[in-house]
Amino acid sequence: MSATRSLPVICAIGFVALIVVGLLLPEWAMFLTTMAFAKGLVALGIVCLMRAGLVSFGQGLYFCIGAYVAGLMANWTGITDIFLLTALGIIASGITGMIFGPLLATYRGIFFAMLTLSLSMILYGFLSKMTALGGTDGLNVAAPTFLGYAPEGRALGLSLYVYTCAIVVIAGGLVRTFFDSERGLIALAIRDNELRVEYLGASVRKEIVFSYVAAGILGGIGGVISGLAIGHVDPETAYWTTSGEFVFVAILSGYLSIPAVFVGSLLLEVVRSFSNLYFPNTWQLSLGIFLLAVILLLPNGLGSLLAWRKRRRETS
Amino acid sequence: MSDAILVTEDVNKTFGAVTAAREVSVEVPKGAIWSLIGSNGAGKTTFVNMVTGYIKPDRGRILFQGRDITRLSPRQITRLGIRRSFQMPQLYAELTVLQNMLVSRSINAERPPSIWRGAQGADDVERAMDILKRFKIADYSDRLMGELSAGVRKLLDIAMAISGTPRVVMLDEPTSGVAAEEKFPIMDLVMEALSASDVTILFVEHDMDIVTRYSERVLAFYDGAIVANDAPDEVLADEVVQRYVTGTAK
Repeated sequence: MSATRSLPVICAIGFVALIVVGLLLPEWAMFLTTMAFAKGLVALGIVCLMRAGLVSFGQGLYFCIGAYVAGLMANWTGITDIFLLTALGIIASGITGMIFGPLLATYRGIFFAMLTLSLSMILYGFLSKMTALGGTDGLNVAAPTFLGYAPEGRALGLSLYVYTCAIVVIAGGLVRTFFDSERGLIALAIRDNELRVEYLGASVRKEIVFSYVAAGILGGIGGVISGLAIGHVDPETAYWTTSGEFVFVAILSGYLSIPAVFVGSLLLEVVRSFSNLYFPNTWQLSLGIFLLAVILLLPNGLGSLLAWRKRRRETS
Repeated sequence: MSDAILVTEDVNKTFGAVTAAREVSVEVPKGAIWSLIGSNGAGKTTFVNMVTGYIKPDRGRILFQGRDITRLSPRQITRLGIRRSFQMPQLYAELTVLQNMLVSRSINAERPPSIWRGAQGADDVERAMDILKRFKIADYSDRLMGELSAGVRKLLDIAMAISGTPRVVMLDEPTSGVAAEEKFPIMDLVMEALSASDVTILFVEHDMDIVTRYSERVLAFYDGAIVANDAPDEVLADEVVQRYVTGTAK
């Protein structure tokens, strides 16, 4: 069975496995995993950009847009359906990406990274000053409903977990399809030598805008889920340290494997939670040591482990 | 010349105090095989760079099939059918030889590249391998660039450039950096691969044996200007060319 044909089967097996694991998890671990997967979606967007040789330090922009769409829609219009809120988050982040993407696509390296960072900080400043949107305190977000079903307590946590897993599997499958596609290969070529890509007749700018918009949409979805899971949104979601966390996960996982992004995100959440618990004043130190260890031992991220195992299997 | 596929009209280009192109006017007929000779800094690569859109002339026009392409981008010019290879092969170091070829095929296939269609489908791989076989580099298909000889890199660079339906191919020093015994085999392979179509070929070359053997006509550059434009034997016998280009004047 070819990789493309077997992808839906792999996604279905992955989804079932995640649900089975979720049923066994205590409530706190289920919440932690939901948040890790929501943030993993944002990091997956950065991985899309990394494949084209770019790193965004401002994906908090889209994370924040998604979170505020969920919060504001619930507060202003009474919409609490998670499917509708996700769709609105996709539209809002997609439109924002299409506005800024063409402007950013002419920049590379640190200039691209700093411009994306500045955009997210502009949103942070704007939201902090807007008392109508809750200012620095942010907004409370009503609990989501699922096509009319309004769970409470553990059922709410489980429903959100299942929904997040479904989104993760669908997004992962779509991104894998993109990575394996003709345009996915062109994106890798851009990372390597964009002059040659232009001389073969492809538009580097178009490919970068596409990757940027896709990354923005993934960020928006992550923001919607995160806002609904926490039940609160605030401008911190657009702050540079939040964006830094997503870059952290992307570096930790590398650009070779999609599951590695979610494993990396989960690892970060676990390390942070336990470091916070046992070394409340120095937990950033343990995170830094953790990242250094990964960079030194696995320069291509956790994904290189999976890629290495796959190569070994193919060779044998 | 009515059958000219590529025309340059009084093209000029200066870089500060250096004149890289001086009133360069030329008409290249369809299906021609021409070579460009000249010492380093004579303006050959500048000419190739201007025709392929990498740098823009200060004055003058460049016409391709009657259309003004002077201000078009490299991508737009490539899509019209003017392809080029590079003096230093421009390859994707992190991809294998086959993947390099697949990038070229994905971009130059009959339909635009898609996010849904796999890049390494059986049909695509077969076609890419056919091209690699034509250039006798199929055995290296799973190798990365760092593992290849200069000759193989050159051939891959050229194979990628001619993927699709080129009308004009500009080869910038196709045998530079290649072992002496590999030069003729490489040129034979390139010419054989391109002979099936009526593609126009312009190649920059320093080796006069290759120039006389493969080109129908020679453009000799000196100080940014074309100082001779004739059959190889005539150009190589020209006194100015012997003095300033080949250095064979007595």
